[in-house]
Amino acid sequence: MEHPLNELGPIVVHQVSYLWLIPLFPALGALANSLFGIRLQRAFGKRAVHLIAIAMMVLSFSVAVRAFLELYALAPADRFLSQTLWRMLSAGQLSFDLGFALDPLSMMMVLIITFIGTLIHVFSIGYMADEPSYWRFFAYLNLFVFAMLLLVMGDNFAVMFFGWEGVGLASYLLISFWYTDVEKAKAGMKAFVVNRFGDFGFVLGLFLLFWSLGGVWEPRADVRSLNYHPEIGAGAVPGAANPFLAVGPRTTEGEHPVKLGPTLNFRELRDQVVIESTGVAEHLKNQHVWGFALMAVVGMLLFVGAMGKSAQLPLYVWLPDAMAGPTPVSALIHAATMVTAGVYMVARLSYLYALSPTAMGWVAAIGMLTAFFAATIGFFQYDIKKVLAYSTVSQLGFMFVGVGVGAFWAGSYHLLTHAFFKACLFLGSGSVILGCHHEQDMREMGGLKKHMPVTAWTYLIACWAIAGFPWASGFYSKDEILWKAFTARDLAFLGHTAPWLGPAIFVLGIVAATGTSFYMFRSYYMTFTGKYRGGAGHAEEHDEDPHSAHAAPHHATAAHPQDNIDPNGGHGAAHAKKDDHGHGVHGADAGHGHRHTPHESPLSITAVLVVLAAGAVLAGLLGVPAAWTHHEPILERWLAPSLPVETRFAEFPHSTELLFQGIGVAAAVVGWFFARLLFKDGRSAVPAELKKRFFGIWTVVYNKYYVDEGYQAIIVRPSLFLARFLFWFDQHVVDWLVNFAGWLGRLVANIDGAIDTYVVDGAVNAVAGITGEAGRALRRIETGRITTYLYGLTFGSLLVLLLNFLFR
Amino acid sequence: MLHVTLSHFLGVGAILFALGLYTVLTRRNAVAVLMGVELLLNAANVNLVAFNHYVATGIAGQTFALFVIVLAAAEAAVGLAIVLSIFHTFKTIDVRAADLMRE
Amino acid sequence: MRSHRKLLAWSVASLAVLGAVAVASAHLSPALAASPGPFAGGRLSLADLVFWFLAALAVAGAAGVALSRNILYTSLALLFSLLGVGGLYVYLSADFLAVAQVLIYIGGVLVLILFAVMLTSRIGDVNISNTSLGWAGGAIVTAVIGLLVVVVAVEVPWRARDVPLAPTTAQLGNGLLQGWLLPFELASLILLATMIGAIVIARKELKAD
Repeated sequence: MEHPLNELGPIVVHQVSYLWLIPLFPALGALANSLFGIRLQRAFGKRAVHLIAIAMMVLSFSVAVRAFLELYALAPADRFLSQTLWRMLSAGQLSFDLGFALDPLSMMMVLIITFIGTLIHVFSIGYMADEPSYWRFFAYLNLFVFAMLLLVMGDNFAVMFFGWEGVGLASYLLISFWYTDVEKAKAGMKAFVVNRFGDFGFVLGLFLLFWSLGGVWEPRADVRSLNYHPEIGAGAVPGAANPFLAVGPRTTEGEHPVKLGPTLNFRELRDQVVIESTGVAEHLKNQHVWGFALMAVVGMLLFVGAMGKSAQLPLYVWLPDAMAGPTPVSALIHAATMVTAGVYMVARLSYLYALSPTAMGWVAAIGMLTAFFAATIGFFQYDIKKVLAYSTVSQLGFMFVGVGVGAFWAGSYHLLTHAFFKACLFLGSGSVILGCHHEQDMREMGGLKKHMPVTAWTYLIACWAIAGFPWASGFYSKDEILWKAFTARDLAFLGHTAPWLGPAIFVLGIVAATGTSFYMFRSYYMTFTGKYRGGAGHAEEHDEDPHSAHAAPHHATAAHPQDNIDPNGGHGAAHAKKDDHGHGVHGADAGHGHRHTPHESPLSITAVLVVLAAGAVLAGLLGVPAAWTHHEPILERWLAPSLPVETRFAEFPHSTELLFQGIGVAAAVVGWFFARLLFKDGRSAVPAELKKRFFGIWTVVYNKYYVDEGYQAIIVRPSLFLARFLFWFDQHVVDWLVNFAGWLGRLVANIDGAIDTYVVDGAVNAVAGITGEAGRALRRIETGRITTYLYGLTFGSLLVLLLNFLFR
Repeated sequence: MLHVTLSHFLGVGAILFALGLYTVLTRRNAVAVLMGVELLLNAANVNLVAFNHYVATGIAGQTFALFVIVLAAAEAAVGLAIVLSIFHTFKTIDVRAADLMRE
Repeated sequence: MRSHRKLLAWSVASLAVLGAVAVASAHLSPALAASPGPFAGGRLSLADLVFWFLAALAVAGAAGVALSRNILYTSLALLFSLLGVGGLYVYLSADFLAVAQVLIYIGGVLVLILFAVMLTSRIGDVNISNTSLGWAGGAIVTAVIGLLVVVVAVEVPWRARDVPLAPTTAQLGNGLLQGWLLPFELASLILLATMIGAIVIARKELKAD
């Protein structure tokens, strides 16, 4: 991992002018539907709404395809399309633009997003047909796609983070789509808040990275703290005497200038770090923060963001609750795209992670622990969506294992294949739920193969893929990951080289793969084989959140022969912009109580399922391992320019690799076998027996190891307590202070008033009073009587006389 | 001492003056007050004439005294007319009654 | 009745005192060898005695005016006082003045006063005023002033001359029409004004009735 490819130069950039259209179309769709959706829906029906939304998606996909073709036409080393719209912010050393970039990695992501996004939009036509807030749903879906596209297409951290937050927002809006149900609203809040924790770590990592590019931390001698020396810069002109030059955006001399210094732009960052002559990589590797390697800290902090967004331990708790949202949402956001943002981020920053074996080991370890942990929970869940949710968490763990051990392309490949088969699984479950009249509990299902053949077949194919059987894509991606994990030699665990980490991960991975296969086939057998157990009416209280009983009453009366649409029938393309007949068939709420037979879903749904299942299989072609063909896998070659990291893997002969593939398949077979044994046709009593025997363990696992309860007690309750305390504080202390200040003000005012009234006015009045009193006193002289006057006269003259006598 | 000199006359004048003053100051009846005023004037006259006889040459003193008598008469007339007027207004000639000019 | 007696007592007392003094001094006069004066040498002549009598009259009258309780007695006392003063004028060779005094003062002013008394008061309804400064204040003031003036009169060494008594009427007449003509005319003017004024004042009141 310490050897960047020596021949790498700076990325060659091709400017194009249409990249902005890719996120623009969904944005316009979101805007249109949010501003006018309700009016359109009222005026022209739901058709208008979904036409807009799907049209935007198709347009976006078309532009993406065009970009792909252009990218494909370029030489592999030159594949970089860029478009900068304008400078968003410029403050000191920090500046970033609203810019889009497509390199092979983000191209792959964009294609996944737009393609699968379009499919899911089509699926939603049928699924959300009876939803009154149809327009809101499509507006949010488009908003989500817009934000996700920003995330993957942003050419700098800022735009990516904008998209990062945006998908969090869209996820929240969509999870609590039926917000009138408190539980669903709570689930949305949970998702958002947990994501926030992740985002906080992400931002901290970003800050640290930014600063570290332009300076150095030195521990102070006296205290265990750090001094930041911005003047000790990173990067130097090749051949310069003093490697430490002043920090600031500089460029290296030479044919292609490389901008050095703190930057948020991915390309500039990559150029700085990957090109050895800049010295940035060395600089970063040697920096230490509080005794830890800087890049390890950065990597782990950034991974905290991935933990939140991609639902890894310990921040995975929101994903199962997110199943409260409609199934298309679960498929799009929580399977195919949003949760993969973390993987994308790690892959995008592969060169940074490559600087720190500790960070990579950490990512891989967490990923595998998550995979294992979630798989165990999935064993006992009854809600089909919950099973898939934990499966998603588990598969994300696999992806992180892939990127963690240095097989970045493998993790990305698993991302791709997972998008297909998980979307197919989720949509299949959606179809099942729809067909069973909003029943989500697998115990109430069964024997649906007869009623919903298309769904059953596509579901089976997707299970085949996820379990890792050959010739379905999951096999290739998962085996690649596990093989690379086994052969990884440069991992470190908390600062210490740990060559044992790779094989340990492999072992756990095999166990997790077995588990995956087991629970996925369990879900298949419980749902589709045996006899139909359900049909007792609405989904009433179960242990999991039922699909909302209030909105979208997709009910039909008992016999809908016309609803079993011929899956081979007409309308083919999943990109059908034309209206489908999803909604008309679902009439008013039928009666409760009598058994409904499940029915196949309309074409808009089944077509999508077929396409996705096909994709799940065909995606395998992209990753056929070199052990089979002696060529690099197509995807690895495609992604190579974006992942300029060479990780050291142990070399083994191909036969060993084939052997390990066999082990993987064996694990899948074992899992399938037991699932079939225990759950096919629902005849076996063993599950019930085992459950009774191990009821304690079963309860713990069934209750998700009480992690949610733990969080509630450790984090939520103290936070609420703090909030209440602060509220009390605000009310009684702060407000008291404010009131006291007011009281003081009033007191002073009163004093002033009193002074004014009594002192100032008093003085004035006193003067008047004295004058008056003096007058009153003196007026007594005016008795009006002659006698008094005469006395006065006499006294006066006497006085004058006497004074004359005395002073003469 | 018993032989009459200027001082005797002056002494008489002084006593008359003192008594006249007392009358003016303390009498309640307005007419009595006027009588006191006459006494005062007479005392002054005595002084004047005495000095004229014993000290001064010429007849100024007597002239002065004559005029005093004339004016005293005039003043008595007017004063008593006023007293009468007051009597008509207040129905009494107590000097304390005419205090409408008081505060 | 009591006031009658008082007056009587007063007059008798003063006369008695004076008489006693005169008789006594008459007997004692040879021993005194007094300075020669216009009156008889060495002895208290009759002229001195009359002077003393007149002086006593004047003073007693004045005392009566000051202290009498009855307004009529007051008027009467004033009469005697004026008479006394008139008599004293004779001793100061102011013969015209003496007559004028009697005529004008007693004949005019006193009559006027008596008229006023009759017209205005309920006879017998007169008292020493008891205002705040009452008789005590007045007595003090009077005593002080009287003492002052008496002391001045007696102690100051006047440059007195002994001039023989002579009639001065002619001199007075001449003076009035020569040197003192203006005041004479003015006095007549004043008298005119006084007359008119008195009539006006008195008449107004009557009209208001």
